[in-house]
Amino acid sequence: MEKTTGSEAGPLISISHLTKRYEAGDPALSDLTLEIRRGEAPAVLGPSGSGKSTLLNMIAGLDRPDEGTVTVDGVRVDRLGEAGSAKYRRATIGMVFQFFNLLDDLTVQDNVLLPAQLAGMPRAKARERALELLADLGIEQYRGTFPGRLSGGERQRVALARALMNRPPLILADEPTGALDRASAGSVVRLIRELNERGQTILLVTHDTGLAASCATRTIELVDGRLVRDGAAVTQ
Amino acid sequence: MTGGLGTIVRAGVGRRRVQTLVMGLTTTLAVTAAVLAAGLIVASEGPFDHAFNRMRGAHLSARFDSSQITPAQVSATARARQVTTAAGPYPLVSVKPTPVDTDGGLPPGIQLADLTVVGRQPGGPVDDLTLTKGRWATKPGEIVMSAHNEPFVLGNTMRFPGVPGDRLFKVVGIARSAGETADAWVPRTTIPSLTAPGSRADYQMLYRFETASTHAQMDADRTAIAALAPGRSLVGVQPWLKVRLAATRVSATFAPFIVAFGILGLIMSILVIGIVVGGAVAAGTRRIGILKSLGFTPGQVVRAHLGQALIPGGAGTLLGLVFGNLVAIPVLGDTAEVYGVGRAGIAPWVDVLVAAVALLTIAAGAWVPARRAGNLRTVEAITMGRTPSRDRGRVARRMLGRLPLPRPLTLGLATPFARPGRSATMAVAVAVGTIGATFGIGLALSLNGVQSGINLRSPGDVVVGDPTSAVNTEKVDAAITRQPGTGQWFNSAEANLGVAGLAGSTTVISYQGDSSWASWQMIRGRWFHGTGEVVTASGFLRATGTRIGDSIALVNGSRSSTVKIVGEALDVRQEGMLIVLDRTSIAPLQPRIDPLSYRFNVRLKPGVDRDDYIEAANRDLEPLGVSATRNSNKLSDTVVSMDALAGALTVLLLSVAGLGVLNTAVLDTRERVRDLGVLKALGMSPRQTTAMVITSVAGVGLIAGVIGVPIGVAVHGVVLPIMGHAAGTDIPAVDAAVYDLPLVIPLLLGGLVIATAGALLPAGWAARTRTAIALRTE
Repeated sequence: MEKTTGSEAGPLISISHLTKRYEAGDPALSDLTLEIRRGEAPAVLGPSGSGKSTLLNMIAGLDRPDEGTVTVDGVRVDRLGEAGSAKYRRATIGMVFQFFNLLDDLTVQDNVLLPAQLAGMPRAKARERALELLADLGIEQYRGTFPGRLSGGERQRVALARALMNRPPLILADEPTGALDRASAGSVVRLIRELNERGQTILLVTHDTGLAASCATRTIELVDGRLVRDGAAVTQ
Repeated sequence: MTGGLGTIVRAGVGRRRVQTLVMGLTTTLAVTAAVLAAGLIVASEGPFDHAFNRMRGAHLSARFDSSQITPAQVSATARARQVTTAAGPYPLVSVKPTPVDTDGGLPPGIQLADLTVVGRQPGGPVDDLTLTKGRWATKPGEIVMSAHNEPFVLGNTMRFPGVPGDRLFKVVGIARSAGETADAWVPRTTIPSLTAPGSRADYQMLYRFETASTHAQMDADRTAIAALAPGRSLVGVQPWLKVRLAATRVSATFAPFIVAFGILGLIMSILVIGIVVGGAVAAGTRRIGILKSLGFTPGQVVRAHLGQALIPGGAGTLLGLVFGNLVAIPVLGDTAEVYGVGRAGIAPWVDVLVAAVALLTIAAGAWVPARRAGNLRTVEAITMGRTPSRDRGRVARRMLGRLPLPRPLTLGLATPFARPGRSATMAVAVAVGTIGATFGIGLALSLNGVQSGINLRSPGDVVVGDPTSAVNTEKVDAAITRQPGTGQWFNSAEANLGVAGLAGSTTVISYQGDSSWASWQMIRGRWFHGTGEVVTASGFLRATGTRIGDSIALVNGSRSSTVKIVGEALDVRQEGMLIVLDRTSIAPLQPRIDPLSYRFNVRLKPGVDRDDYIEAANRDLEPLGVSATRNSNKLSDTVVSMDALAGALTVLLLSVAGLGVLNTAVLDTRERVRDLGVLKALGMSPRQTTAMVITSVAGVGLIAGVIGVPIGVAVHGVVLPIMGHAAGTDIPAVDAAVYDLPLVIPLLLGGLVIATAGALLPAGWAARTRTAIALRTE
């Protein structure tokens, strides 16, 4: 993996003049430039079609920009091939999705173990780490359960545990409370806040200003693929 | 089909190009093999049997020694058990013709081999002779030749030296006997003029039996006749099965293995069509739901899915009929002239029948999943979408997850358990492919082994032959002996001799010199050692009902010599009607050895350069009218054709098995595309993705291979002897035992290879799929 610059002191994410077009017409992202420091928990806000998910995909190495650069933890993500992207995601990114994206035919523990197993972590060490995370997130009792039997909030906790498994410097959370009821959403928000307070960098992508207000340290607002606001978190 | 339904069917066919291609190819394979197989069976059995029955052919023609039995006693043998009809007795003599005027054909004056001449007219309850040219002989000096006795044609004349009056005989007709009961026919009153002074004409009796379709039945029938004949008066019989074998040999030899491939192709066709249509239903569940919500009835949904199977199936059937008929032309060519009723191509009703069966099979294969689609509840169909049931395979996934293997591999290994029915069907398809490969490769090896065995008939490094005129063997012997590089050598030559009890003459190959190193490939028994011992091919043993250890009488005119059969050797020439012996065994018979048939086989001393030897030898040999050449054995055209056909069918079967796997892997991958996206988002690399998809079919492929190989070996064990029997020989054990460890191990891995090859394309697709797109697909 190509690691250019980057140090503990520099920005974790550095985006420069990022543009992405899917079809002829207006770009999904247009000349976007921004930096995110370690320990931050910024929320990317915006209506549907504003380019939030495209930005998240670019940072996660799931998609490539047409122009501009994306550097995460010193890695030029926009230059990575498929294999390089996979290694990058294992090492640097933990992803949390709106609809959890747990594998329904694996138990909770097996789901959480997946990133470590793909990265080749020794079995005993991975198991120890998974149990630690499950206990930490209060879902230890469900480790042998299949996700289909859990509530939405519990599933999102499993997803968070999975995202944290390889101790990534960056968690990308795409509408993490979008599919949850109010109570479950509240518990996930608390969890995200706690994680950030422990120093975990978390990039939230949401259209829910309430979520942003609850746990974001900074707000980045996109409209039609352009940055229209970048500042302190809004408060409710 | 309504416009709406037609659009749905066309869209379904167009959208699922891989599945459509797989269905089309599978059906093409199955129909090609089925047309060939059915056509060959019909061509090899039908025309001969039809002609034989129409002409009331003789199941057995028997020759009785007139010195030991009276005509009344011969007639009485017709009362033997199992005899339904009999004809005779007819007077019979064996005489050697000398051509007089053959219109530029046979050289005048040479003495030919014995002809079996019978005094009778056409008609009668058994063996109605069919005149194909000319007219029937009505007076002395007229003779009708058998159509199978080629050298003489209408208008030729001949004499029979040694018979009273030395009359000139003219060929006035050519006739066909379904059972080839004689070489020529004359009026009964002419027989005395063909009987040498001091000898008597024997009697021929012709029989038809209730059961005469196997050698065992024929043996029983023969025993029943012999039991009613006094002493040893029954001196020879000719069963119809020998004639039948000669007439149907080529097509009948091809038929067994093509039938085997046809059955495998049909099974494969049903399986793959089941997989494909089942997969189309599973993949299109949401689409079915939408169609039903728009007002499509269950019947329309069923018809739409049947249509999606029948369009490629119909195209495949059509192609299969074309290919089957094209391939049949060269294979069936040899049977075209059989009794004037054979066909050079496939009977039209075979095409119609095979097409009907194929289309019905496709419809049946598609019916079950199509009906399931029709019965799906609309709401369930829409909500179920394309996600397979998550309840299945969990235990397997959990157990496999504990294996000390990389996670992508254990995830892949567990995939088949999510769709056990589809995986089992795919496993059977791979197993059928492995059976085909095992059988096809084994068959090719056995055929090549048989060919190598046949090539043993001409051993040594150098062959001296191609005489252009009568050879002075003593001078050639001396020339070969003079060469310092000569190790061991012998010469062989052919003669035609009668065998007591058999119509016509039999080819006798006699060896002179040290032939101890020249053994043919033996099926049973051993090579001959010295005078009085002979080796025969299987066809001779069957035709004469003799076994190793029996003695037979070789006849040349009034001389005869008894020899003992000590071995059964591999040879299919002349329907196996061959005897091999040391020349001293027939010396007392003073046979006329064909002067152009001499060959000298030489084994060189170790270290002698073959080309130098040939150059030196030819300086001495060419003035003697012969030349030395390298001994190079060739592959027979039949073996080449069989190898090519078996190879083509094997490749086709393997391709379809691979396509079946491809189809399954595509379906599985598409169904699990969201999981794939998640795994890639979690860091699964393209290599890990490829490994997971390939492993998802590799385990099944490996198991299917392990199951398929022993079945393929068993099919080989059943089919090869049938082919041998059709060709008129048993197969030497050494040629049948081809499955040794170095062959079996790769074959066992064959299923794995088929599965891996089939999954490569979807694995690549899965590896290349952009994670963001995969995650959005759901």
